[in-house]
Amino acid sequence: MVAPEQNDRADQPDGGLLAKQERGDNAPALSVSELSGALKRTVEGTFAHVRVRGEISGWKRAASGHCYFTLKDENSCLDAVLWRGQAGRLAFQPEDGAEVVATGKITTYPGRSKYQISVASMELAGEGALMALLDRRRKALAAEGLFAPERKRELPYFPRVIGVITSPTGAVIRDILHRLEDRCPTHVLVWPVPVQGEAAAPAIAAAIRGMAALTGDGPLPRPDLMIVARGGGSIEDLWAFNEEVVVRAAADCTIPLISAVGHETDTTLIDHAADKRAPTPTAAAEMAVPVRRELVNYVGELGFRAGKALGRGLDRSAERLGHVAARLPSPLQLIDQREQRVDDLGDRLSRALGARAQRAHGDLAAVAGRLDRRLIDQKIHRGEERLAGLWRLAQLAHPDKPLSRGYARITDGDGRTLTRAADAREAARLSLHFADGQVHAVPEGSEGAGSAPRKTAPVARKPRKSYRTANQPGLFDAPGDSGDE
Amino acid sequence: MNEQPVEQMDFETALAELETIVRTLEQGDEPLDRSIALYQRAETLKKHCETRLKSARERIEKITLDADGNPAGAEPFDAG
Repeated sequence: MVAPEQNDRADQPDGGLLAKQERGDNAPALSVSELSGALKRTVEGTFAHVRVRGEISGWKRAASGHCYFTLKDENSCLDAVLWRGQAGRLAFQPEDGAEVVATGKITTYPGRSKYQISVASMELAGEGALMALLDRRRKALAAEGLFAPERKRELPYFPRVIGVITSPTGAVIRDILHRLEDRCPTHVLVWPVPVQGEAAAPAIAAAIRGMAALTGDGPLPRPDLMIVARGGGSIEDLWAFNEEVVVRAAADCTIPLISAVGHETDTTLIDHAADKRAPTPTAAAEMAVPVRRELVNYVGELGFRAGKALGRGLDRSAERLGHVAARLPSPLQLIDQREQRVDDLGDRLSRALGARAQRAHGDLAAVAGRLDRRLIDQKIHRGEERLAGLWRLAQLAHPDKPLSRGYARITDGDGRTLTRAADAREAARLSLHFADGQVHAVPEGSEGAGSAPRKTAPVARKPRKSYRTANQPGLFDAPGDSGDE
Repeated sequence: MNEQPVEQMDFETALAELETIVRTLEQGDEPLDRSIALYQRAETLKKHCETRLKSARERIEKITLDADGNPAGAEPFDAG
């Protein structure tokens, strides 16, 4: 139960169970939306244009292109949003840790009881912040190895086509072209880009990649050397060349690249990624090409030296040939020597033959002394004696020998010795051989004697003439016997 | 020794070989026939280098980009 008197205490802070609507009360309870709306109006009205300085934290670019991050200092933080349109117009690429000054308005987000700053523009908070950002970025890219010395390529000695990425207007391109013309006229492709402002970094990066992508097959030749150049300026002016897109494009470039950004004292991150850094655009042109005139002279000199060296070699060879030729004996000399040798050999030949004959003579003489007539005479004499002895024995055995003692040897008409009476009877004629001659006879009873008794003379053949000559002894003759006639 | 066809050589390679040959000839250690062959090659290299130097000519073009930002061609460039 609520006591009626409690109504008196409606003003008191400690309420009852039910909210009471007092009569005449001009401050009724607001809805959340009403209050949120009121807050929104108040906050956005009061903070419609603020500049706030802080460090970027939790930087995130959504797929929509809007960017969300937090600005913070030691004790507080403030959510921030950067809509896509504004994000594209920043002069630098925000990143965590960068100290910035953001300009915009505070808005609330009633759905989440939140407030945030909607950033219209944002700059780095002074040069110190810029340098700090640059240093952080340099370290991060170096840690990736983008600046490693082993990535650097040699520049071609004598490029045929040079690609230059720079502003098409201004002194820089003129300086480069003039210096190239002085040293060695070369085919130059200029890829025009803005070198300052928010559009510069993406354009420069695209130009580096585009040029490296040229194959030479299309209407454009492929450069064999590239120069990225910009004249001097403040660090802000040169800032595009510190942007990560540009540095990465330079590091990825497949064509040797010279960076020539700003003056000698200005260093941008592209200088670390390039293969070579030139202190000025003019210096880049000098690095790019040799001096043609000097090369022409040098090549000429080399040709001259080659000719001279060859000539010297020929002279020396000719000289050596001369020396050798001088020592070459004349053909006549060569023949003379041989003739002399022939003569010499001829002499020695005849002498050698004489000597040999003489020696043979000596040998013969030594043997001839032992050759004696008596040696053979003795042999002959002994032979004669043996022959005479044998002959005497032969005479003793002569078949007619007994004739002298009264025997007669009987032969037929043909001279055949007859040893049987039957043979004698058969024979037509007989010859009786005595020691001192022969008598012809006809046996009785023979055909010849019975039928035609004739004188022996007609049938007797004329005695054969001996084949032996009268004075030659027959084999069975006694020595001195003159034969059978 | 590198007997790469001279026509295919870039300038620096040709120049380097020319230098080497000249030094070799100047040392005079090569046989005469070889020296003559070297000299002939040196002459070819020299001619190649000279041709390359003569053919270096100025030509300045500005790349034109199509709507997508890709190179479309080139036009004569006048730096003013």
